[in-house]
Amino acid sequence: MAKVTLTIDGIGVMAEPETTVLQAALAADVYIPHLCYHPDLRPAGVCRVCMVEVEGRGLVPSCLTPVAEGMTVSTESPQVDKVRRVAVELLLANHPEDCLTCGKNNRCELQRIAAYIGIDRKQLGRFRRSKEPIPIDTSNPFFNRDMNRCILCGICVRTCEELQGTCAINYVNRGYKAVTAPFGNEPIAESNCEACGECVVRCPTGALSCKGFQEPTREVRTVCPYCGVGCGIRLGVRGGKIVSSQGDPQSLANHGRLCVKGRFGHDFVNHPRRLTKPLVRKQGELVETDWDEALGLVAEKFTQHKGKQFAAIASAKCTSEENYVAQKFTRAVMGTNSIDHCARL
Amino acid sequence: MTDRFDEFKRRSEEKWRALQSAQIPRILVGTATCGRSAGALEVVEAFRRELDARGLEAHLIEVGCIGLCYAEPIVCITKPSQPGICYANVDPAMAAELVEAYLVGDDPLGKYALGSIGDGSVEGILPLLETPVFKLQVRRTLGKCGVIDPTEIDQYVANGGYGGLVKALAIDPAGIIEQIKASGLRGRGGAGFPTWRKWQFCSDTQADHKYLVCNADEGDPGAFMNRSLLEGDPHAVLEGMAIAGRAIGADQGYIYCRAEYPLALERLHAALKQAEDHDLLGDGILGSEFNFHVKIKEGAGAFVCGEETALIASIEGKRGMPRPRPPFPAVSGLWGKPTIINNVETLACVAQIMQHGADWFAEYGTEKSKGTKTFALVGKINRTGLVEVPLGITLREMVFEIGGGVLNDKPFKAIQTGGPSGGCIPRDLLDTPVDYDSLQAAGTIMGSGGMVVMDEENCMVDIARYFLDFTQKESCGECVPCRLGTKQMLDVLDDITQGKAEPEDLDLLEEVGEGVHAGSLCGLGQTAPNPVLTTIRYFRDEYDAHIQQKSCPAKVCRELITYRILPEKCTGCRLCAKVCPADAIVGEKKQVHVIDQQKCIKCGVCFEKCPPKFGAVECLAGQPTYPTPTTGGTP
Repeated sequence: MAKVTLTIDGIGVMAEPETTVLQAALAADVYIPHLCYHPDLRPAGVCRVCMVEVEGRGLVPSCLTPVAEGMTVSTESPQVDKVRRVAVELLLANHPEDCLTCGKNNRCELQRIAAYIGIDRKQLGRFRRSKEPIPIDTSNPFFNRDMNRCILCGICVRTCEELQGTCAINYVNRGYKAVTAPFGNEPIAESNCEACGECVVRCPTGALSCKGFQEPTREVRTVCPYCGVGCGIRLGVRGGKIVSSQGDPQSLANHGRLCVKGRFGHDFVNHPRRLTKPLVRKQGELVETDWDEALGLVAEKFTQHKGKQFAAIASAKCTSEENYVAQKFTRAVMGTNSIDHCARL
Repeated sequence: MTDRFDEFKRRSEEKWRALQSAQIPRILVGTATCGRSAGALEVVEAFRRELDARGLEAHLIEVGCIGLCYAEPIVCITKPSQPGICYANVDPAMAAELVEAYLVGDDPLGKYALGSIGDGSVEGILPLLETPVFKLQVRRTLGKCGVIDPTEIDQYVANGGYGGLVKALAIDPAGIIEQIKASGLRGRGGAGFPTWRKWQFCSDTQADHKYLVCNADEGDPGAFMNRSLLEGDPHAVLEGMAIAGRAIGADQGYIYCRAEYPLALERLHAALKQAEDHDLLGDGILGSEFNFHVKIKEGAGAFVCGEETALIASIEGKRGMPRPRPPFPAVSGLWGKPTIINNVETLACVAQIMQHGADWFAEYGTEKSKGTKTFALVGKINRTGLVEVPLGITLREMVFEIGGGVLNDKPFKAIQTGGPSGGCIPRDLLDTPVDYDSLQAAGTIMGSGGMVVMDEENCMVDIARYFLDFTQKESCGECVPCRLGTKQMLDVLDDITQGKAEPEDLDLLEEVGEGVHAGSLCGLGQTAPNPVLTTIRYFRDEYDAHIQQKSCPAKVCRELITYRILPEKCTGCRLCAKVCPADAIVGEKKQVHVIDQQKCIKCGVCFEKCPPKFGAVECLAGQPTYPTPTTGGTP
């Protein structure tokens, strides 16, 4: 379809039809502050921070406004500033002021937007702060839910519903007391949450944060070792150790998404009890050895148990090719058809 | 195709005429929720008992509400060949008296009468419609409420009911929309959007199914127009729904009615069954090809579910939260299908327009606001009630003519219209015509029809605080300005009423108010600041008094008033000291008492307890000073 031409802040922009003003602006490298929009999710239009002025229509949320031919958009005007400033000031007045010790420091969208808009300390000081502290939900082994930092953008709710299909969280309570929570406002560990962490990576503030998060010094692109899907991951490395794992958006296998194991299951790599060398039993004691000796021992024992004495179960952690080799080995080398796969269980 | 209906109508009319010309008396008792809470069911029972005891025969009929809340329970007694006589504030004892005096004897007991109804006159009793409360009213939507038995479909049909549907079946949907357009009907739910235009959007959208929803989620504090109509004349709404359904091409209707309206729901369920039994709803209505079914969905009482997209979510079984528009429900609504949501009163108007024609409807009203509108007139007013007036009437006429002026002749201060979404209009603007555009220009809205009258004893800051407290609790919590902005405004108002605010807080209120108005996602948030913004606009001096002088001129805000005992009037009777819950009153018997301001909790019990003949306790605007209490002296 033909592209749509519109003007954003005086710049001519060509946009794909069926996109929104916000998408068109971001694609053209024009920043419009936004909190509840996420490219993977349907727009909700609830943060009211992405307001822009469209000629002839007045103030509109850019995340919900489809582009139209000849549209003239201003991302900055006294009206726009007034509305989004009030929204951001209200959010800040209801948010802890401990950015430096927050797990999302420097990676927080609210922080970024406050900086973009420019918040006056004195102006903000006029606002009443009446939020009562909410206990932090630490029940999940991998991430914490700190609703004191939640801005109710709903990204977690939509992620769980639209992407994961789990629907573990939704809104509870009304008005000022509204929060996102699992069913019955129980701890998240008691819910049907699968701990995939998709909401955690999308949360724009410190409301959902990984336990013990450390900023990596570099990232390494690799494939998740857990199963045959072969999700692309970006392992964050710091001082020779893996400190984080993120889905690789460029991987066709997972488009940036991960399951609980791929995202949170890499602590075994640096675990002190992990075996890094093979062991063989000598006179009843397990003794470290090299791979040649260990594999030689396995081959030798296998030759003693060919045919009916032998059966193999292959792992879902293996790729299709590896599983093919396993069955070939079982049939051709070990001389039996007793081969199965764990995924049948 | 309408032979069956004609036959039904003929029989209904015959039955109605027989009832009207019956040779035994008719006793109509208003037993809508309002009447019941005033004891109307006991009155019905009392009449039954008294009639039985005397072996008298009469038609004892329970009807809806004629809208005179201040006079409930209301009874209308019609003797053969006599006009009916309406009695106010009837209780079982009065019922017995009436049976004895008027049914056994011939004394109509004029002292209890409100007025007479129908042809003929009774000496000493004014025709009801000529009494001040009715004189300026034009009762059309409410015309059958309190007159017909709402549980009998034939009484509705005998009075022209379902005639509009028959006409609608005879013309094409475009013709119906044309009629509604010609009538100038605008939505009665509050926003005043032209009904025909909304229908046209939906009619123009192609879909395999369309829905028509009747919004009966009346939630404004102090508003009861829809409840009364549903209880008193449920078929009017069903008829309107069927007509609207045909106009837009819907085959399924929903009535979204709050569960707190049990009697309205009972009447609706009964009416629905009757309409289906008489082929007026269901498949192939009156032999035509038009199918229209109606389901009743009970709402759980969330104010936000009156907003149409939240209402749709609620019917779908989801949490009642608004969603952004577009797409508008007329294009994609319930279950993703084109959906029209009309208010109860709008649909009742639709039925009337089809029965009587667009010109008849447009006889009343202004150029841009046609027809009549119902209002719940409440607050500090002599005659509270449900009224129906031609649009364009002034607020002054409503308050002083229909409502009989302010209670106890206190000075009028303001009138609040439009519920939590509306604003307060001051005395200077009492001549504002009641129509969509004039009210909007005054900073408020017509809303669904709540009107609360306030006198000098109402503190405007406190009123604004009350409404903000309501909207803040009822906000769904989804969008930032509404969730946090209404709470921020409420906190600031709390501080103002407690004397803790600074002058710049008024700027903050206005700033946040405008942000909430311009930034919120749905109508609830967009209109929530109205009570605050209009009171600042018209009653800024009261805000200033609270903030700068730390004084509440209306003597409402506890932190900003002082009770004190006038030494020259106090007799030392100890009455006040005995009832003071804070032990704040010191003084021996027969000695002048003094209130220890540091202990006083401003409950006002001493003020109420001090016998009027002494009047020794006075309430002053302003915070107390704290001198050491000294008592004694001869009174």
